[in-house]
Amino acid sequence: MVERQLPERQLPERLSPLEPVYHPGSHGNFEHGVDVILSETRPGSILQLAAWPGEEKRLMSGIYKVTGLALPDGAGGGVVNGAKAAFGFAPGKFTVVDEAEGLASAFTGLITPSIGTITDLSHGRTAIRISGPKAEWVMAKLFAIDFALPAFPLGAGRSTNHHDVFAQIQRTGGDQFDIYVFRSFARSFWKALCHASEEVGYEVH
Amino acid sequence: MLITCPYCGPRDVIEFTYQGDGNRERPQPASQDLDAWNAYVYDRLNPAGDHNEIWQHSGGCRAHLRVVRNTLTHEILSTAFARGGHKSAGHKAGGHQ
Repeated sequence: MVERQLPERQLPERLSPLEPVYHPGSHGNFEHGVDVILSETRPGSILQLAAWPGEEKRLMSGIYKVTGLALPDGAGGGVVNGAKAAFGFAPGKFTVVDEAEGLASAFTGLITPSIGTITDLSHGRTAIRISGPKAEWVMAKLFAIDFALPAFPLGAGRSTNHHDVFAQIQRTGGDQFDIYVFRSFARSFWKALCHASEEVGYEVH
Repeated sequence: MLITCPYCGPRDVIEFTYQGDGNRERPQPASQDLDAWNAYVYDRLNPAGDHNEIWQHSGGCRAHLRVVRNTLTHEILSTAFARGGHKSAGHKAGGHQ
């Protein structure tokens, strides 16, 4: 019997759920300028880390050891540093994002079952970025929370929803937000975001 | 109606799910006290005024909350995490039980 030769292992191509409706270029009312830029950031790793009650500090120090991100205390506190970002989105629960794949394995062994849990959501969430001088304005049309800088500081995270589509939002710049939505709702949300951006003129990168 | 989540801050009521009367005392699972089970399932104070309630911030941090709400004015008098089992605001709203 001739041994069957296995084909060379290939990494699967990553497909975006936004692909059919993702149209780079300027759209909407942009004759007077583009006031927001929309893009999909496609991070390689999106993790949810949850601490058992009383284990929050150990979890946060684990996040620091792996990512170098020092999470501030307090509800919704977060931090952004280049390719990595982390923020609290619920009591004792944190979203940790990295441009590179494989972040979950870096936590294995460090976040033990006595501290909490790691859930790899890299394939379950879609990350959408909105930036520009009218980013707060457009976001405020979709979500009933305060997007002003004093109420929503740089790095901070928020859990909320838009028409029952759950969204986690992190402020990653003075006029920039990263939105994490369920992959299965991402196309619908993207279209809503584009419609909301039409009046100010938007560019898709 | 705004409910101030202890984690997320003030949010629209649409983000929350009502989880029932917060005055209920669930009998021990092994209890065969039918009156206690009957009271747990059916007896409600239904007060016209301050009322202990359980809500979940289902459209946000998903925490379960103890909320005291005035059933006449919809004023939210207090909110606290339900974890720990303490009655919110340290008092039992809704009159006698």
